[in-house]
Amino acid sequence: MSPAWSFEGVRAGPGKRAVLRGVSLEFHPGEMVGVLGPNGAGKTTLLRAGLGLLPLQRGEARLAGRPLGDLRHAERARLVGYLPQERRIGWNLPAERIAELGAPDLPAGEARAIALQSLDRVGMAAAAGRGVLDLSGGERARVLLARLLATRAPLLVADEPAAGLDPEAQFLSLALLRQEAERGAAVVVTLHDLSLAARACDRLVILSDGAVAANGPASESLSPDRLRAVFGLDGRFFDTEDGPVLVTRRADP
Amino acid sequence: MRLSALTLLLAALAVVLAASLLLGEIALTPAQYIQALSDPASPAGEVIWTIRLPRALMAALVGGGLGLAGAALQGLLRNPLADPGVLGVSAFAGLGAALTIAFGLSALTGAVEAGALVGALVAGLLVSGLAARFREPEALILLGVSLSALGGALTALIFNFSPSPVATAEVMNWLLGSVANRDLSDLVRAAIPMALGAALCLWSAKGLTMLTLGEETAALSGLPMALLRTAAVAGAALLTGAGVAAAGVVGFVGLAAPHLVRPLVGDEPGRILVPSALAGAILLTAADLIARVLPSEQELKLGVVTSLIGAPMFALIAWRAARSWRA
Repeated sequence: MSPAWSFEGVRAGPGKRAVLRGVSLEFHPGEMVGVLGPNGAGKTTLLRAGLGLLPLQRGEARLAGRPLGDLRHAERARLVGYLPQERRIGWNLPAERIAELGAPDLPAGEARAIALQSLDRVGMAAAAGRGVLDLSGGERARVLLARLLATRAPLLVADEPAAGLDPEAQFLSLALLRQEAERGAAVVVTLHDLSLAARACDRLVILSDGAVAANGPASESLSPDRLRAVFGLDGRFFDTEDGPVLVTRRADP
Repeated sequence: MRLSALTLLLAALAVVLAASLLLGEIALTPAQYIQALSDPASPAGEVIWTIRLPRALMAALVGGGLGLAGAALQGLLRNPLADPGVLGVSAFAGLGAALTIAFGLSALTGAVEAGALVGALVAGLLVSGLAARFREPEALILLGVSLSALGGALTALIFNFSPSPVATAEVMNWLLGSVANRDLSDLVRAAIPMALGAALCLWSAKGLTMLTLGEETAALSGLPMALLRTAAVAGAALLTGAGVAAAGVVGFVGLAAPHLVRPLVGDEPGRILVPSALAGAILLTAADLIARVLPSEQELKLGVVTSLIGAPMFALIAWRAARSWRA
């Protein structure tokens, strides 16, 4: 079975600058992968380049085995749902309309049913009719997550889905994405919270200076050496009843 | 709900159009109104059917076009301050038209229209290019304002070097904006490019709604965004260019119309297009009515009326928008 998303020697960045310097990765159906790295490591660039939002300087990215360049707009939309980091919503549309925009390919009735279902999953069913700009920041983030779920795409990509959310909402977001992975979707998220990532994801990809520094289970990807080299942190995993928990602190110079 | 809002707007448009036919500089008696209905060739009939009717229809047409163009631009740029006038599209249309008049081409059928359309399209392309580079709403509006000032300055330059005072007077008169003394052929000449522009804007509706969520989400939504954006820009430019060619530079209608209808039909960019067009038609017809019936020595120019009402409204909307950006 071909990977849902793959990168082969991808070099990309704004203009001629290379933020990603030759990245090769694969993401498979049924797994939830976290992409981690310090600011400027190339996390968002990786997502944007792999989705065709940024031209590749070298290498190739594929969705479901097909090169990006061969996909038409509608085909690409069927293969991937994307939650960008930018969360500004231009107009005060009702929450259910925002969620419906995840399914523009469906007839109005079906799109509405899926939108309401998605809002229910993120705990926003009661606010379906309310204007998104009248909601709190956290509620708005849930509505945007509902739009992502409404795409029903086999690959879900979320850039910082936990940013700006209270702890409960962070867990909810990742738990919902986790459910999508269990249903067979490939889920890729960028995260800043290492402990959260270690608990939520099956596999962690660590980017450092535009290259893959590690790619594997949390305990390997976030080894003490790597924590120090990439993030400048001292830390290790402690075994608890809820599984291993990562504890970190700023490394001594 | 939406249907009733549309009905309300259509009814309001019918009322202002009827008032435009009934009221004017020449006061008619009830007997004369009846005569005008039964005999269109009578003096009263002449006043109503050949002077007032084309003028009212032209005001409605141009206002409708500007309202639609404003709604399309606001949706495209996700910016409640966007408007053909604010962004310089009207000023460049005016510049294009002024150039054709200054070069003595205004006698050629369609030359002024063509000049205005080219000017509007140039500005439309500049604005959409700038919008792609600068995402902050404030930056784009400031760039648009400078574009508008540039268009105005270049038009002033034409006056400055114009050897013929007649051409200067002609340009000046027309830049103030007016729909007086129009006939059926003027209406048809304006309506053709405007119909095309309206079709393009309406076709882009789904894309405008999708842009609510930002460029990247829209780009991956499966809609052909590049095409839809081009259609919205070209449509707004055609509507503005044709409107400016027909009635001169009339500001703020495109800004105000979408704001007036949002409380009635909601914010959704794709759904406010038609209501905004109706609101624009109502606004401009009413403004022209005001220009006609206010007692004054010199007839008040339409563009002056809309600017006097529109500029404070722009300030109010900017005030509210600035507060939401801060939040």
